[in-house]
Amino acid sequence: MSWTSTRRPPAALVAAAAVAGLLVLIPIAWTAGLAAGVGPADAASLLFRPLVGELLLNTLGLIAATAVVTTIVATAAAWFVERTDLPGRRLWAVLAVVPLAIPSFIASFAWVSMSPALQDFGGALLVVSCSYFPLIYLPVAAALRGMDPALEETARGLGLGPWRSFARVVLPQLRPALLGGILLVALNTLTEFGAFALLRFRTFTTEIFAIYRTSYDSSEAALFGMVLILLCLLCLAGEQWARGNARYGRVARGAARRTPPVALGWFRLPVLAGFAVLALVTLGAPLGMILYWCTQHNSAATSVAAVNLPALASATWSSVRLALGGTAIAMALALPLGFLATRYDGRLIALLERTAYLAQGLPGIVVALSMVSLTITLLRPLYQSAALLMIVYAILFLPLALVSVRAAFGQVQRGLEEASRAAGLGWFATSLRILLPLAAPGLGAAAAMVFVSVVTELTATLLMAPIGTRTLAVQVWANTTTLAFAAAAPYAALMAALSLLSAWVLARRFGAAHLP
Amino acid sequence: MSPSFRRNHYAQLPVLAALAALLGVPAVMNTAQAADAPALILYSAQHEQVIDMLTDAFTKETGIKVKAHEGEGPDIANQLVQEGASSPADIFMTENSPELVLLDEKGLLAPVDAGTLAAVPREDSAPSGDWVGVLARENVLTFNPALIKEDALPVSMLDLVKPEWKGKIAIAPSDSDFLPLVSAVLAEKGHDATLAWLKGLKANAQIFDDDEGVVAAVDRGSVATGIINSYYWARLLTEQGAAKTHAKVYHFTNGDAGALVNISGAGILASSKNKEAAQRFLAFLVAKPTQTMLAQSDVDFEYPLAAGVAVNSLMKPRADLQPPAISLTKLGDDQPAAKLLREAGLI
Repeated sequence: MSWTSTRRPPAALVAAAAVAGLLVLIPIAWTAGLAAGVGPADAASLLFRPLVGELLLNTLGLIAATAVVTTIVATAAAWFVERTDLPGRRLWAVLAVVPLAIPSFIASFAWVSMSPALQDFGGALLVVSCSYFPLIYLPVAAALRGMDPALEETARGLGLGPWRSFARVVLPQLRPALLGGILLVALNTLTEFGAFALLRFRTFTTEIFAIYRTSYDSSEAALFGMVLILLCLLCLAGEQWARGNARYGRVARGAARRTPPVALGWFRLPVLAGFAVLALVTLGAPLGMILYWCTQHNSAATSVAAVNLPALASATWSSVRLALGGTAIAMALALPLGFLATRYDGRLIALLERTAYLAQGLPGIVVALSMVSLTITLLRPLYQSAALLMIVYAILFLPLALVSVRAAFGQVQRGLEEASRAAGLGWFATSLRILLPLAAPGLGAAAAMVFVSVVTELTATLLMAPIGTRTLAVQVWANTTTLAFAAAAPYAALMAALSLLSAWVLARRFGAAHLP
Repeated sequence: MSPSFRRNHYAQLPVLAALAALLGVPAVMNTAQAADAPALILYSAQHEQVIDMLTDAFTKETGIKVKAHEGEGPDIANQLVQEGASSPADIFMTENSPELVLLDEKGLLAPVDAGTLAAVPREDSAPSGDWVGVLARENVLTFNPALIKEDALPVSMLDLVKPEWKGKIAIAPSDSDFLPLVSAVLAEKGHDATLAWLKGLKANAQIFDDDEGVVAAVDRGSVATGIINSYYWARLLTEQGAAKTHAKVYHFTNGDAGALVNISGAGILASSKNKEAAQRFLAFLVAKPTQTMLAQSDVDFEYPLAAGVAVNSLMKPRADLQPPAISLTKLGDDQPAAKLLREAGLI
């Protein structure tokens, strides 16, 4: 037993971690309070009406269709990359993950501007599938990589053909990874706002926005917000459950081998063509459309501001400044929590950590609206401030920060810390002099990841940007909703570039080069 | 320096940058606020490009800076009601009169200078003199001649709920321009008829988020007709060019509710601490040079209210329009209309 789990966690750290948990609960509690103000009769008449049925049908239908499409595409892609002698596997593996770095509302902008016919269900299915299939690809590829080849070999040895052994041996082992991935896709589909608004696809988030902008009263939007939160928390709980079941045991402790790659033969040609089409649809089309619009003229009538360097620079600076602040706060919240979670045991710590992860199930639009309403009533000095928007960013991306901080702390070997404590240094001095320097690369990656997410965030920014502040995301939005695609393009290009560049740096520095 | 140390050092950069931002950002923000202290705060539900043009010209003329906070009319109005006496806003400018009527009812607006009010027709401003009309916008039916002949279009907007229009009409009920139309029908036909009409629309119409979406859908031929402000058609035409634009405009006549002309106006918040500059801004809005600039800009497609300024040549002259005779007071504050939209399941 190490020194950590036997000692009481430092009270200052627990207090700091409690702030993080509290911040996540505040928007939920405030939204619930507002929703409760509607009154049971009104609430029933608002909730049990055909429109809500339509929204549910739209949303669940899209989730189901997306799940089918992404599961098939992602599983096939992962299998070919991990299990065959496909040429260029490293390249395809990277290209299968890059779409995550393109914000879905930017992809949505690109597709809508290509053809206005790409709207409603079809357009939404296309954009969401392209944006989110890496969420399934990643866990499935990892599961395929970690599988013990012995099981498949046994199945083949007992006379099963390649397809049947895939269906009866591989697929069951992939089930937890698939389920977890699908629920993540569902969660993202539920909370997505910008992409659907641009595609004119009606779902809960767009409806909350519609209610908000036509209503003189915020309780109805809050009521819909609570419904959405409940749906999201269901997905989140399911995802946690699936992850808990993710282990398929191997009895033998012997070294796991890589499964020998399947030789594709002539079949490699259609497979290569398939991967090329996939990259073209998920990356080529959106990036190509952005570049195309960058070269087009846009009349003054529809462009929010004549695109010029000062306007671009000012929007970039606004985005970067807000994102730096949001990242700093998110990291400040995640550090104590991550430290406690990796270095101490206890129910309180587990509870705080779980609370922080709840933020993953909080849609940006609901958090933003509730914090606006909260500050307008109770905390006027924070109202409309950049600081408030940064805090909301921190709440929304706390789970991302926490996962990465945990990983960074978890990788630091305890021995050095224990030696330092044994030599008489307190937890603070030990952290400062041993833990933080050792965990620095991981913490840097965590901060960079949060930064990328914040810089590309749309919903909260749109609703909460301080008076006179126009960020990249806000400019893309304002121009796209007025169909001024050429005016939106430079801002979209900058966002995509920022995001792709950071992803590339992250992958170069921290990506596991696992493929042979 | 060992390579591994250098790598660690490099990776600390984002952390250091984040920490620096945490400490530095509030300081930067405070200094920025201090420097811009006398700027006018404008809450606007007008189009951003129009606001940009206006505020740039105003700052050039007077040296007074203007900071704009943008949104849809009802949500900005709601925000001003919630902010109450401590609102940072000096001016509220919006596309449709009902939001100004609401703020006036709540006693949140200050009287506008008499000279400013005198620059536009009296019936286009608040009877109380608490806000001034700046521009007018016309409601029309846009249609695609490839899908429907002009002579097959209905005499009245209220006819669009007849069974033969099923699937042939697009509306944007959550666009703030739709509410005043509902208020107009309500003023003329009463609660029950209006609710029945909305339910009929719900059965017949394709739903879009905003007028931009409606006119684009009609233009590309996904739906035959759509209810919009003529503004959006003129803007699409300007953007795409006449050769590429298929959508056309049909004007309802004989005082039909569908021919409603909305007033875009501006008011000064009673809580403003910068009223003198705010009055100058309102006077600037209705001044002949400003209105001429807007009318000739190819950015704004609304009717100037100042005497003697001609509307953009794409638009039908205001004298030829046949809007319903509904006063701004009778049109009201849109609150009952918003309720009806929900009741009908359109929002």
